[in-house]
Amino acid sequence: MTLPLFFFYVFSAIAVASAVMVVAARNPVHAVLFLILVFFNAAGLFMLAGAEFLSLILIVVYVGAVAVLFLFVVMMLDVDFASLRSGMLQYAPIGVVVGLVLLIELLLVAGSFVVSPEVASASVLPINNGVDNTKALGLVLYTRYVFLFQGAGAVLLVAMIGAIVLTLRHRPNVKRQDPVKQVARRASETMEVVKVKSGQGL
Amino acid sequence: MRASQLVNTLLMREFVSSFFLTMRYFFAPKPTINYPFEKGQVSPRFRGEHALRRYPNGEERCIACKLCEAVCPAQAITIEAGPRQNDGTRRTVRYDLDMVKCIYCGFCQEACPVDAIVEGPNFEFATETREELYFSKEKLLANGDRWEREIAANLSADAPYR
Amino acid sequence: MDFINSALDYLLGIPILGWGVHVGFVYKALLLLVALLVFTAFILLADRKIWAAVQIRRGPNVVGPFGLLQSFADLLKFALKEAVIPAGADKVLFILAPLITATLALGGWAVVPVNDGWAMADLNIGILYILAISSLGVYGVIIGGWASNSKYPFLGSLRSAAQMVSYEVSIGLVIITVLLCVGSLNLNDIIRAQYEMGLAHMIGLPQLTFLNWFWLPLFPMFVVFYVSALAETNRPPFDLAEGESELVAGFMTEYSSTPYMLFMLGEYISILLMCAMTTVLFLGGWTSPIDLPPFTWIPGFIWFFLKLSMVFFMIAMAKAIVPRYRYDQLMRIGWKVFLPLSLLCVIVVAFVLQLTGWGWHGGVA
Repeated sequence: MTLPLFFFYVFSAIAVASAVMVVAARNPVHAVLFLILVFFNAAGLFMLAGAEFLSLILIVVYVGAVAVLFLFVVMMLDVDFASLRSGMLQYAPIGVVVGLVLLIELLLVAGSFVVSPEVASASVLPINNGVDNTKALGLVLYTRYVFLFQGAGAVLLVAMIGAIVLTLRHRPNVKRQDPVKQVARRASETMEVVKVKSGQGL
Repeated sequence: MRASQLVNTLLMREFVSSFFLTMRYFFAPKPTINYPFEKGQVSPRFRGEHALRRYPNGEERCIACKLCEAVCPAQAITIEAGPRQNDGTRRTVRYDLDMVKCIYCGFCQEACPVDAIVEGPNFEFATETREELYFSKEKLLANGDRWEREIAANLSADAPYR
Repeated sequence: MDFINSALDYLLGIPILGWGVHVGFVYKALLLLVALLVFTAFILLADRKIWAAVQIRRGPNVVGPFGLLQSFADLLKFALKEAVIPAGADKVLFILAPLITATLALGGWAVVPVNDGWAMADLNIGILYILAISSLGVYGVIIGGWASNSKYPFLGSLRSAAQMVSYEVSIGLVIITVLLCVGSLNLNDIIRAQYEMGLAHMIGLPQLTFLNWFWLPLFPMFVVFYVSALAETNRPPFDLAEGESELVAGFMTEYSSTPYMLFMLGEYISILLMCAMTTVLFLGGWTSPIDLPPFTWIPGFIWFFLKLSMVFFMIAMAKAIVPRYRYDQLMRIGWKVFLPLSLLCVIVVAFVLQLTGWGWHGGVA
């Protein structure tokens, strides 16, 4: 057994075990934390496969940002899992059936799956061994697939703008701060010293 | 937004100028007193730890007049008076001072007609237990013996203003 | 047996069968760890001393000459105290949180090149690794705040979660700006690029290396990075996660003894990591400021730590200079000022590089 193989088994064993725990954990926060552990081990597997860029991006994006928001929401929700679990036995048979169907389908696919001998030559992109995969990804992403890449970006942007439009509400008669304006205020513009003669008032 | 304001914000002018301001204080001489090794000046009128004084011949000054007990606003002083065994003079049998109750107002030393109970210059008498702060007559007399020089000097320094 | 042998050979450099001559990973890691922890101890003292000096105080001055051993006395005190775990706390996570913070902060240092090629692991995506590590730092805070099962820690952890995620974005964009100029994600390459190209080469005085460094051409990004680094590490004026005037001590309220010490340690080491990042990205890492004999005699790692200390000095001074931000203003400055500014800079820099053909091409240009 070589060292990478050993690490492969370690990472995948932890990943599978914690994936089970995501479902089995009683506490929702624990479940999210186990999910993060799964992400982490998946990143480790990517690293072993030589895809170091994907591995670290997985950590930065999924673990560092998305999972934080998951955790954020789950912590705030205070889900009562006891009541959620009360109906579990009722639905268990359907769940088992769906799971079995999926498993059988997967087995069928995996059993009949054969890598086509022409696949290496059929690849649209030649595998370039001299370039590390960050650069290789960039070379493909910004040349050949630039429109798809930009399109994906546009889809995400539209989704983001949609979310903002749905939630943003400008209520009238609400005083708002404008720090730029506040900092720009000068005494000369806002104050006036007036000489008032006694007994006359303004 | 004015152009000058934009430039000031981008270059963090306020931050930079306050940096130089703080640097001036950074190198300023430090007024800190290095406490356990250096100590600040204490006024002769400072009201610190109590002490019962003696006359130069060793006779204790207190005559058990109980004025201090009467004047004490915190009622920290408890005195029992009685004739002394050998010469029958009126002395204290018990002079208890509860330092936990004491508010260090100095009324006891003002009330004392013979300058027996005084508040000395000592302020370092923290203890580990509460019981140690219930001063007995012996403790107070021992304090007086220990601090007599300083107390006498302070009294004479303050005397012209009384 | 062969597997164990190769693993031991790799880690310790002690082969059971056969001969190994290279220094093992474990030794290097231990050396870095010890050096880093000792440096952190003195940086902690320096922080307190600097703050004291600005406030015209002396700061810690009793333990050792000039109080130099204060941090070690604190360490002893923390280690000897009783660790209190609240009855309602989630015990496993409560202990796990400070461990995560400290371990991640230390792990980030694995790729920092303190001298030419002296990194523990000279990854070709080193900067991405550091970004990943620093984005994980938020977990220690969130888990700690939640596991305490108490309101102030929870509020503190919520605040810092949003804060750290927000400022990650602008830090990422600043890093991208530098990467555009360098064309490599390797930290050592970033430093070498600042040595081999830049303003000094353009004006024909290549000896003035300090003009080469990216702080001058990318000055706005340098400022954004400095401020974001403060926010990312929960330093004042952005220390709302532990704002003592409102949240007692934020996510650390329920912590005591060694777990608390681990939190503090992790915090300071990640501050140092941010300083190291500033040094690498903008201040030329281990290169000497002037490429002439008296300066080049000083070894690179000393230059590195000098620059690191200088950046830390500025971070410590920020604590003394600026009052604490309000939370909505913190979010405003992150999303409405830094994000557009750094995004604009990425675009401008990309255009300039494309049009002029400047930038580093592996030392060829």
